[in-house]
Order: sequence, then C-alpha cells, then structure tokens
Amino acid sequence: MGRAWVLGDGISTDAIMPGRFNLTTDPDALARACLCEARPEFAENVRPGDVIVAGRNFGCGSSREHAPVSIRANGVVAVVAVGFARIFARNAVNIGLPVIRCGEAVAAIADGDEVEVDTRTGTVSSAGRTFAGEPPSALAMRIAEAGGLVELVRGAGWATLEEAPV
Amino acid sequence: MGTLVEEIISNRLGRQVVAGDTVVAPVDCAFAHDVTAPLAIEAFERMGMPLHDPGRVVLVFDHVMPAATVAAAELHVRIRRFAADHAVRNLFAEGICHIIMVERGYARPGGIVVGADSHSTTYGALGCFSTGMGSTDVGVILATGRTWFRVPETLRIEVAGELAAPLTAKDVALHVLGRIGGDGADYMAVEWGGETVERMTLDQRLTLANLSADMGGKAGLCEVDDTTLAGSSPVDGVPIPRPRSPHYADVLHVDVSNLQPQVAMPPAADNVHDIGDVEGTPIDEVYIGSCTNGRLEDMEVVAGYLAGRTVHPNTRTVVVPASRRIYTEALRRGWIETIIEAGALVMNPGCGPCLGRQHGVVAAGERVVSTSNRNYPGRMGSPDAEIYLTSPAVAAATAVAGRITDPRRHH
Repeated sequence: MGRAWVLGDGISTDAIMPGRFNLTTDPDALARACLCEARPEFAENVRPGDVIVAGRNFGCGSSREHAPVSIRANGVVAVVAVGFARIFARNAVNIGLPVIRCGEAVAAIADGDEVEVDTRTGTVSSAGRTFAGEPPSALAMRIAEAGGLVELVRGAGWATLEEAPV
Repeated sequence: MGTLVEEIISNRLGRQVVAGDTVVAPVDCAFAHDVTAPLAIEAFERMGMPLHDPGRVVLVFDHVMPAATVAAAELHVRIRRFAADHAVRNLFAEGICHIIMVERGYARPGGIVVGADSHSTTYGALGCFSTGMGSTDVGVILATGRTWFRVPETLRIEVAGELAAPLTAKDVALHVLGRIGGDGADYMAVEWGGETVERMTLDQRLTLANLSADMGGKAGLCEVDDTTLAGSSPVDGVPIPRPRSPHYADVLHVDVSNLQPQVAMPPAADNVHDIGDVEGTPIDEVYIGSCTNGRLEDMEVVAGYLAGRTVHPNTRTVVVPASRRIYTEALRRGWIETIIEAGALVMNPGCGPCLGRQHGVVAAGERVVSTSNRNYPGRMGSPDAEIYLTSPAVAAATAVAGRITDPRRHH
C-alpha cells in the first residue's frame, strides 16, 4: 500500500527528467531531480511503495531511460496511467518498473489516496474500490519475472522467445 | 504481402509477418549518443558478453558537443573508453546522430535500425524500419545483435495537393500532428505517401519521418523510389520493400493546397495553429537547426530569407547546421556568410539548444521560435519559457521581425 501521486495528461520525459539534470547514470542523483518540473515537491516527499497515477501519453518525448530509472530509484512500485508513450513503457518494463493501463482507476483516484497495485494482474485498489487494469503482456511478465531485460536475455537468450513467441 | 513495415520485417526474417506479431529480429545497425550511450554501456556490461559486431555499432557525440560541463565531459570519456576497449570505430562528433546515420549510409532501404533516441524514426524516409528505444534495449543489442519487436499496425497518411513555397514538409507534418495528436499514432508505423510526398526531396521526407515520433509513432516511413535511391543504396541481399496489398489500420487523407504556415504553440507539439493565430508574438530567441530542420535545404531557405536583411536586435538567432557536411557545403555556397552577416550566431554541428544544455539556454518568461520537434515546458531551459515550433521559413522571418511572422508577407 502506498500513496498516489496524481499527474495530468502528456507528462513528458522532459518533465520527469529535464535535460539539464540527466548527464549522469547515478540513480540517486536522477531520483533527486525526478518530476522536478511537474511536481517539484515529489522527490523530497515520495516514499517507497508510492504509486504514480497519470493521464494520457505518460512519458512522451525523449527516449531517455533516465526518466523511468529516476522513478524506480525513488521506490515507486508502479505507474498507473490512461496510456503510456511507447518508448517509456518499454524502458520501464526493461528495468523492472511496472506500468499499468487503467483509465478507471485514474479517474477515481485523488492525489494522496492510498493505492495498491497488483502488478501481475493489473488490478488497482483504492478506498475499497477495485479497478481492472490491463494485465501486462506475456513478454512483459517474463521480463519482470527475470528481473529485467538484461537478466532475461543473459539467462535464457533470445532463443526461448523465438521458440515460444509471446 | 503487407504494409511497408510488414514487408521490411518479413524480408529480413525470410517469413511473412503481420501487425501484432512479436518477433526477434536482427538489427543492421544500432546507435547511441552522448546522453543515452552511458546507460546502454552499463546494460551491455551487465550482459557479460563480448560486443556482437563493432561494425554495426555507431556512437555519436551530439547532444552536448563539445562538452559544456564537467559532467558531460566525463560521460564523453566513458564512451570513448568503451569504444577503444571494444574496437568500435564508428565514432562521430560531427553532427546530429540522425543526420550521420543517413549521410554515412548506416541506415539504408530495407534495413532494420535501432537508435537510443526517440527520433530514430527519421531514416524510415529511406524505406527502412528504424525506431527509437531506450538504453537497455540498445545495450542488449550491442551484446546479441538482435532485439524484439511487436510488428506495428500502420497509419497511412495520403498527402495530396501542391505545397506552395515557402511551405515545406514541416508544415505538413505539424498539420498532421495537430489533427491526430501526440498519441495519435501510438505504437503504429506512420506510412507517408501520395503525390505530394512523391514530389518531395529526401530532405523533406526525412522531416516527415522525424516528426512521426512526435505522433507517438514507432516508425515513420516513405516508399522507396528514384529519389530515395539517388541518395542511398539498399541493404545487400534484401529486396527493395514496397507495400503489397497492404491492410492499413487507418488512412488519413490530407490536402495541402490551401495549407497555411503551421505553428505548434506551447505546451506540446500537437497544439498546432495556423500562423494567423499567433502572428505578432514577440520572440526573444530563434533556433534554426535540429534533426527535424538542420539540413542543407533548410540552410538554403534561411540564407535566402536573411540575404540583405538583419536579425532583429531583441531576437538572438542561433543557426546550427546539422552536420559537418551540411556546414561545409553551406559555407561553399556562401549561405553561412549570409547568415552571419545578417547577425545570426552559427554554432558547430550538433543538437544545439534543442534540449536546453548549451548554445542558447532560455530564461523564465522568454519566448522561443524553434525549428525542432519538441516544445514541452523545460525543454530548452527554464520551464517557464515558451517554445513555438515552426518551419525554417517562419523562423527566419521571425528572426528579422522580432515577432512571429508569416514569411509569405515578404517572400
């Protein structure tokens, strides 16, 4: 159980991790600048277990992986949104940050609400209500179970994906 | 059988694929730049494998080149060390990655290219499947030479009508972006065609494919024709891809005969208006360049407009040719001299001020006209600056007037 950080539509990777802060690969440094444009108080007040709840096209713009890295490094357990930009969603899955599409939950949850996300089923719970989000794809699930794309491909190689297309 | 992107991937895999299939595919060339390469190198190192093929890796210093801060310099050192350790010789510091990939022939018709940069859709204009990914994906490609894709559905954009100068592909792409929105082509391939696209030069088509990324597109593609083949050669042993009995998820018809110059207003590139809605807005900085509009034709348009004119004293104007080849050719033709004499600043090839790290970072309250592709708050510096995206023609006219100006008034 964590608290919801509610954001609007079209939160870009420039808003999550501005160019002037991403000349590093250090997760802690990235975490401190996370969402500094959209929610300047985020990095200071976020707690492990919290959830980001956002509108359409979350993570649009630049491919910078620094954006999901900074979110994960703050202990955020999932991002729930109406929709995700393609590269952001792929990056998040690759590094083990679950992303759940669930418009109903986004419409119902207010900033600061208690939220629980079942990242395996896509179910989002808050204030006694349960919302059925989109479950992760079979491939996303395999990447998550392995602990990330590097871990999956390093361990099993691409062959397992070719043999059992997902 | 299939759309252009289905044909390209089918040809490379030697079996028919259709939209919705998830495939593991070979990557002809992968690249990263000075911001995304360090994380890609870390992912590669965690793979614990040798580099798959140094000849298929390209590293480009363009986002902060030369380094403007110690942090940037340290990232550059790490990349150079990686290249030396793994015999990567395709190392460039002479312009924007997306221009280098085309100029140097790393992106070719029929190929599959992955870049650790969202605008890697650009070379789809050559009839290849090229897409942007993150650093981890590229790190895994460095180790294995392959990646996974979900074969995308295709949005076909059929463009008709005569595009009257000074309108260009930038106005067409912004217009479409305004119509379908920043997620209008999410996860899809955007296939550009029709008589207007057929008449466009390669430079123009690259702009269309580039901005496909800002529609959410996984790829932006143009069909291969004589114009393409005059500027690039197909991947060996792969047929030239063409759409064959394609099934499109959607087809958008656009008639550009009466198109007005287009301006994307803050806060996002899909907030597109006819120039009449914003004409007269005072502008503090004009940036002409980027992977969208820093090509030779763009330099020609700008020099043509600035010849005999002077940049407005309140409007600092930064012009960045996108590559060394473009820069030197524009020099030979006298365009750079014209641009400098008009009072503009000409910077070394690279991303320039597009992403707010160098060469024209903006302050709170300032307004910018940029020929790039992004105007999110904070993109070019202060989150309280406003960024307007336009064609180079509008940008040049604005630089002279100090206000957003329709170039047709003085054409």
